[in-house]
Amino acid sequence: MTIKLPDFTLVLLVGASGSGKSTFARRHFRPTEVLSSDFFRGLVSDDENDQAVSTQAFETLHYVLARRLELRKLSVVDATNVQPEGRKPLLALAKKYHVRPVAFVLDMPEEVCLERNSARPDRQFGRHVVAHHRSQLRRSLKELVREGVREIHRFSGPDEVEAVSIQRVPLWTDRRGETGPFDLIGDVHGCYDELIMLLEKLGYRDGRHPEGRRAIFLGDLVDRGPRIPQVLRLVMDMVAQGHALCLPGNHDVKLVQALRGKNVQVKHGLACSLEQLESEGDAFKRQVLEFLDGLVSHYELDGGRLVVAHAGMKEEMAGRASGAVRSFALYGETTGETDELGLPVRHNWAAEYRGRAMVVYGHTPVPQPEWLNRTICIDTGCVFGGALTALRYPERELVSVKAREMYSEPIRPLGGSSDRSLQQQHDDVLELSQVLGKHYVRTRLKGLVSIREENANAALEVMSRFAVNPRWLVYLPPTMSPAQTSARPELLEHPDEAFDDFARQGVERVICQEKHMGSRAVAVVCRDAGTARSRFGVEGAIGCLYTRTGRPFFEDQLLELAVLARLQARLSSLFEELNSGWVVLDCELMPWSAKAQSLLRGQYAAVGAAGRAALSRARELLRGQGELEQRFTRRLEDLDSFTRAYRRYCWRVDSPDDLKLAPFHLLASEGAVHADKDHLWHMEKLALAGLHPTSYRVVDLSERQGAVAWWEELTAAGGEGMVVKPLDFVVRGPKGLVQPALKCRGREYLRLIYGPEYTARLGLLRKRGLASKRSLALREFALGVEALERFVAREPLGQVHQCVFGVLALESEPVDPRL
Amino acid sequence: MLLALTLSRPPATDLGYLLSKHPARLQSFELSFGQAHVFYPEATCERCTAALLLDIEPTSLVRTKPGGFPLEHYVNDRPYVASSFLSVAMGSVFSSAFAGRCGGHPELVDQMLPLQAELTSVPARGGESLLRRLFEPLGYELELTRLALDESFPEWGDSPYWHLRIKAETRLRDLLAHLYVLLPVLDDEKHYYVGSDEVEKLLRRGAGWLKEHPERELIASRYLKHQGSLRRETLARLREDLPDEQPPTEKVERLHDLRLQEVLAVLKESGASSVLDLGCGEGRLLQLLLKEKSFQRIVGVDVSSLLLERAAERLRLERMSERQRRRLTLRLGSLVYRDRALEGFDAAAVVEVVEHLDPHRLSAFERCVFEFARPGTVVLTTPNRDYNVLWPALPAGKVRHGDHRFEWSRTEFAAWAGGVAERHGYQVELRPVGAEDLVHGAPTQMGVFRRDH
Repeated sequence: MTIKLPDFTLVLLVGASGSGKSTFARRHFRPTEVLSSDFFRGLVSDDENDQAVSTQAFETLHYVLARRLELRKLSVVDATNVQPEGRKPLLALAKKYHVRPVAFVLDMPEEVCLERNSARPDRQFGRHVVAHHRSQLRRSLKELVREGVREIHRFSGPDEVEAVSIQRVPLWTDRRGETGPFDLIGDVHGCYDELIMLLEKLGYRDGRHPEGRRAIFLGDLVDRGPRIPQVLRLVMDMVAQGHALCLPGNHDVKLVQALRGKNVQVKHGLACSLEQLESEGDAFKRQVLEFLDGLVSHYELDGGRLVVAHAGMKEEMAGRASGAVRSFALYGETTGETDELGLPVRHNWAAEYRGRAMVVYGHTPVPQPEWLNRTICIDTGCVFGGALTALRYPERELVSVKAREMYSEPIRPLGGSSDRSLQQQHDDVLELSQVLGKHYVRTRLKGLVSIREENANAALEVMSRFAVNPRWLVYLPPTMSPAQTSARPELLEHPDEAFDDFARQGVERVICQEKHMGSRAVAVVCRDAGTARSRFGVEGAIGCLYTRTGRPFFEDQLLELAVLARLQARLSSLFEELNSGWVVLDCELMPWSAKAQSLLRGQYAAVGAAGRAALSRARELLRGQGELEQRFTRRLEDLDSFTRAYRRYCWRVDSPDDLKLAPFHLLASEGAVHADKDHLWHMEKLALAGLHPTSYRVVDLSERQGAVAWWEELTAAGGEGMVVKPLDFVVRGPKGLVQPALKCRGREYLRLIYGPEYTARLGLLRKRGLASKRSLALREFALGVEALERFVAREPLGQVHQCVFGVLALESEPVDPRL
Repeated sequence: MLLALTLSRPPATDLGYLLSKHPARLQSFELSFGQAHVFYPEATCERCTAALLLDIEPTSLVRTKPGGFPLEHYVNDRPYVASSFLSVAMGSVFSSAFAGRCGGHPELVDQMLPLQAELTSVPARGGESLLRRLFEPLGYELELTRLALDESFPEWGDSPYWHLRIKAETRLRDLLAHLYVLLPVLDDEKHYYVGSDEVEKLLRRGAGWLKEHPERELIASRYLKHQGSLRRETLARLREDLPDEQPPTEKVERLHDLRLQEVLAVLKESGASSVLDLGCGEGRLLQLLLKEKSFQRIVGVDVSSLLLERAAERLRLERMSERQRRRLTLRLGSLVYRDRALEGFDAAAVVEVVEHLDPHRLSAFERCVFEFARPGTVVLTTPNRDYNVLWPALPAGKVRHGDHRFEWSRTEFAAWAGGVAERHGYQVELRPVGAEDLVHGAPTQMGVFRRDH
């Protein structure tokens, strides 16, 4: 005999001691699937037969079972399970985790059990134990069904046990292997004409799609509408031919009960169905009954990326089977309260939804389908005079057909739409649990990136108290490592090391970009205030300019507005070309003194002033003191070089025109994160905007001399140096993701980092570890790009925020600040 | 980094005896932080100058963590300024002069001499006024030049550094002692750990002058790195009657206590047994809440883990009995993120918190507190901007605290509070806190929100 067992099941083995449960379990299940009471006795007490530790052993077993069920793992409990009090906690777990409990009852003759026990030296208890188990087992057989066990397989005698084989099958809701494409269709309610028009608009001809697309009906085919039998006939046909899937709705289920002759309250909607079916004959009614009755509560599709159900599906219920799951799929949840019309208030499960799967559902008529946390309700109330709507998957396109008339009076008016989307309203408040504590962020570039608790704590304060409006914060730039330390006697950094680094990773061409010494700025610029409202959910703004730690770049809001307005004007052709209402740019804003005013005055200029005064007076007094005089002359020269170095990066800013903005990455625009374009594309597109240019050279790593000479020229003039990047934005080498950029800073510039006189002590500074800086750079890069990807994919703000929060958290990791 | 001492009475080269350093030779001394050189740029019968020059290697000052990276910035004024490094170098290089020993010419030690000290790059936190207040009572004539931050950028203004010349008819060892004490005081910084032996040092170097100095309190306080107990010990030992402390913030302190008492009263009156202190800071309200038995569950929330640590210390969390400990939770959180752990409380206090949030975060704050946490009672206080005109030290148009993002007038607060109450099903009552002015109201305004059901 072959038993088909869904691959998510809780199996209870029931049988007396010696009935062969463990042998059965070994034969049919993986060792890790079997939780045996004996094993847990051994685990907690070192003695598998110590009955005195049963309490602790079962507590542990229940804990492990709960974790397995949480992870959706088939689990087998190998214990006698002959007493109701022993089964009770197991069945409670089954209920909690929505898994079907199945019992395998090994009803062996007493002699068999005794004989098997006698063969085991550790099982020398009296016959009465086995006898007692067997009598409990017989009583149990009657109780199992009442306790909620859905399926019982009983084997009387070793031969029957021997003959059985178990075949694992997917749970009926599990269609993860089916990848679509699909057309998901909302509540039809007998609106046959609109359904035909919609199917036509979607490209179906005679109930099938020439490109093999399949329709998925989200339930409530029946009631209220004018042509219910026609709808049923069409859908049943499409399903039978394999061109459609169908889910049950609450109305469909009620119709089933009515057709079965159950005593149900027949309201107007159901009356329509019954009346229209009356003329179709009993055979058709039987077919309908059979069809609707066989529908499965919900489906998981496309590798688990898509979940469909009539009234929605919570993350913790998807892909599971229980009465509660079915009820949620059909009716959703109510809060227990009633509204002013006396209708039950629906619990807004979608607002709480944090799952990764897209959930598409119907059931509640809405004026306009709107995404909320990756869920969408596409019931647009066709039967109430609204529209019949389909969602094309994976395209996420909505296709609608207006209702030809109002077939049924709506019970409650279809609400008007607010000027902000559901998602935007929801995004007003971010969740603490999404950012705090140790957690992992899944990134496209680097898999899971872990964020340590202390770092998250540090970021929380910055984010809550100092950051710009989180709606603007769709990206934070990664930190950048310098090239390996140069061995040249006069230098700490030189391009050769950066070139070698990249060559080792298999990179052949790099781009060298002049490194501007200003302050890093991320610019989010919208074409107009309307775009800022509709896309970012921010009122009365056209964009935002923020620092690498997410703080407002300017304290003065008028200055920010002036800079953004200039930027907006420059970008107009780019908006056009990219067909986008907004762009995100990674930039350097100069002069340095515009942003770093307090740092300059409090530290750089102050050190310069103190040093110049003290060293020059010392040199005056040292006249004629030989070597010491020379030494202090050198020190004064170093200090003067230091002063010249910072002065280069300072100029007076009297109006926004004195500011120079040099963008170097065109990070994203509507529908695209431009991490798939090479840096030449970025440079060329940005050049069109006519902002402050970034000079650059594309370098073949076998021909580097030109680039080195250029660097020497830049830095001899006191320039900061250059940034070397692989020509492609994202590159993977033999060791995984390659550093997106390495900086090579000039000798004079480094006085600002290592101190005015560092050149006198170069030897001591050479030892610097770059490993942690580089690891941070890669993780932050992955998080930054992920944030943009999520924003572009219109994911909930919380999902975007988690990534930028991660960058900020990583930035609190202690690393050598001079790197 | 440079001290030049000049004696200008013949034979001026007596300075060499006084300092025990021969005018003809350059001498160098090893110190823990670098070298000190003593040399004489001028040594004639009429005029003799001895220079003490510190030669500190900038990179050597940067202490490194075990991880291998520096704690301080490499761009650092320490190698160039007159600070505690110079005091230490003076004490070490001129130890006999400090002690009043002068081999061969002991009579010079107690002679009043026309002396001048020149110092480069003196950091004076307190400016010219402080420089004068410190040196003039000791009989010095001052010549001051303030250094510009950068002459290429006159708009940046002046630096905190001064070129200083002081002149007086005095004993050399007194001059040295004055400089030894006053340089770190001007700088308000010390490069080494300050413990109780610094009190001894200060009393020794201050013998004969500190007791009478009108700025002795400031001197003691800064010299001892603002450690109250050390300062009090010093002043007591100077046999001064300690005048009552008059901290400038007294009025503010009293207002804060009053505010907490009023908040406490509202919370008690509400009959709450579980209470949230949102933005609990160092836990001053928590301390009061713990004393009330009626509050059985108390949760203090703050966004700063540092402040929460301080609160734990202040409340002696570690030493609390198990029973008390169970009543109190300190929780890191933020009032602009929804935190499910804050749901289901009877009451919440939000004392002087909203004004620290950027206006664009207020809607998130409102929903987190009133829609999601939704306590039965919310007591919220915030400054009343109308009252600011009565604050004597507050320039017009300024807020009371550097971190206040805004301060509401009474009308603005009433409008906000009314809106919140209406949107979320609360009744709000507004109350003044602190002495009420007829025109401008009370310094603090309080909103008591009660949930409708």
